[in-house]
Amino acid sequence: MAERVVENLNQALHALLTDDPALTVLGEDLVDPYGGAFKVTRGLSERWPERVLSTPLSEGGIVGVAGGLALAGQSAIVEIMFSDFVALAFDQILNFASKSTAMYGRRVPMRLVVRCPSGGNRGYGPTHSQSPLKHFIGIPGLSVHEVSPFHDNRTVLAGMLATGRPGLLFEDKVLYTTRMYADGVVDELFRYDLIGPDADVARVRVDEEEQADCVLVVPGGLAARAVSVARELLLRDDIVCQVLVPSRLWPLDVDTLLPPIARAGRVVVAEESTAGGTWGAELAQAVHRRLWGSLRAPVRLVHSADSVIPTAAHLERTVLVQDTDIHQAVKEVVRGD
Amino acid sequence: MTATRTEAAPIAPTRLTDADLDLLLLIRHFELALLDMFGRGELHGTTHTCLGQEYVPVALRPLLDDGDFVFSNHRGHGHYLARFDDPHGLLAEVMGREGAVCHGVGGSQHILRDRYLSTGVQGESVPVAAGVALHLKRTEPGRLALVYLGDGTWGEGAVYEALNMAALWGLPLVLVVENNGIAQSTPTTAQLAGSIGGRARAFGVDHLRITSTDTEVVRAALTPALGRVRERSTPHVVELLTHRVGPHSKGDDSRRPEEIAHARAHDWYVRYAQAYPEQFEAHDKRQRAYVAQVVADVAGRPASRWTEENRG
Repeated sequence: MAERVVENLNQALHALLTDDPALTVLGEDLVDPYGGAFKVTRGLSERWPERVLSTPLSEGGIVGVAGGLALAGQSAIVEIMFSDFVALAFDQILNFASKSTAMYGRRVPMRLVVRCPSGGNRGYGPTHSQSPLKHFIGIPGLSVHEVSPFHDNRTVLAGMLATGRPGLLFEDKVLYTTRMYADGVVDELFRYDLIGPDADVARVRVDEEEQADCVLVVPGGLAARAVSVARELLLRDDIVCQVLVPSRLWPLDVDTLLPPIARAGRVVVAEESTAGGTWGAELAQAVHRRLWGSLRAPVRLVHSADSVIPTAAHLERTVLVQDTDIHQAVKEVVRGD
Repeated sequence: MTATRTEAAPIAPTRLTDADLDLLLLIRHFELALLDMFGRGELHGTTHTCLGQEYVPVALRPLLDDGDFVFSNHRGHGHYLARFDDPHGLLAEVMGREGAVCHGVGGSQHILRDRYLSTGVQGESVPVAAGVALHLKRTEPGRLALVYLGDGTWGEGAVYEALNMAALWGLPLVLVVENNGIAQSTPTTAQLAGSIGGRARAFGVDHLRITSTDTEVVRAALTPALGRVRERSTPHVVELLTHRVGPHSKGDDSRRPEEIAHARAHDWYVRYAQAYPEQFEAHDKRQRAYVAQVVADVAGRPASRWTEENRG
């Protein structure tokens, strides 16, 4: 059985620290025996006590320090304990790390990744459950990625650092304990492959099925949920749905997403962000502009409600995007009802 | 106790080497030329001049080497000119002309050259400098990261997050505080509780307060402080009580006439001219003429270009 996502991330960090002596990993409560709030950094500080640092509670300061290391030609990976707190580092991300790649009139590589455990469904309440990726869309010089069960994190993180652009890596907390998919197999019905010039987009489809009724595009955190919805749609509603999961959410790799969307003529974009200014809205705009004449229906967006995220499970469900919401949206788009 | 503006009238200045005097005067005339060009509508955007504060980077110049990192701020022309003998590149940057240090993208307050960097957000550079200092401590011991900041910058939380980490981790980080008693239009007494020294001490960080505006005296005080940072790899806050003779930006000085007069009374320029008229006049004339030449040269250049491969 494939490893869990948290193990894949942990092994990725072990591998990167082995490969790159210029890499520092820093964040709050990272060192052993605690090994990070979600245990992603377990075992790292025992092997590299000088390069794996537990820091004070200073998100802005930590990202600033990481920016300094990057400026000095080093690599840095920061863990923000809950992605909600990345708001405290917004200045360093927006005004320093991202801008430094270009504002001095020449390309300045900034090898910096900020890891952000995100998302709800764990009952952590309004300030520990958000998916704030939408706030980081459209920042010049910044890349935004999300962990998925299809993408090996060593490849993702090494690729992010190699671009010389600072990046945010969102990690849906619910994903940590789920297993990675491996060898192109999702289940007995669905297969996956990685497409695009950088093999960045996971394409999940019914075995050998080329034609889909609808394409469902989701960030990695919703990948397993999207696959489960696609399965239900196939078995219950006889709707063939192809799922696309890009690892990099910004800048958009529209060229890789468009051909399958164009073939189906229908697309639903789902994400856990609350309503307004979402990643999906950007994607929809790009799809509309390029495929307006050939789409069979407008791009449909599914996201969480315009609301704070409540703590109690029964209330949290009323706000966060649910599988049934995605299921319903695809049905409506396909059947026109 | 906050820094007051009532210190005793300064004693006669020390005679400077020609090189130090030339650099002071180069910065002075560079800044005056900028205000002059703004006044004539020949410059676009904004600028913040360091009139009255020129001696701070000049005093520091021989105490830093090329391996040290310097982080400057919005009021950074003097810092740049003391680091690089390059008024042409800086003016071209401010004017967006060919030969600009950063192709005109950064302008007056966003410059990166070798190990010198300035940014326009208050306090933001301090944690960045702490990161650089961490790198220097590991790989180039004996070198340091120095950040210029103003008294107003002490309102920013980033400063304290960085000071905390610098003290905890023993980082070779120097904060040079140019305390000119005013943050844009707000007196320091209305925006800073306690004192900068008290704040440094709260983190167990060494603090040195310098009231002199005499380049030699300031340098003599700074020398052992920077030496300690290099030897012990510990942070240090150096606070210089200085005097902003000019406006915050351009034509936006709302201080009372007596406050401006007080700043002018402490201006090293006037005092040095009185103390050493013979040396001063010759050099002053030469630097004024040199800057006029720089202005004429750069103003005649074509616009800077930002090519695709340099766009990040």
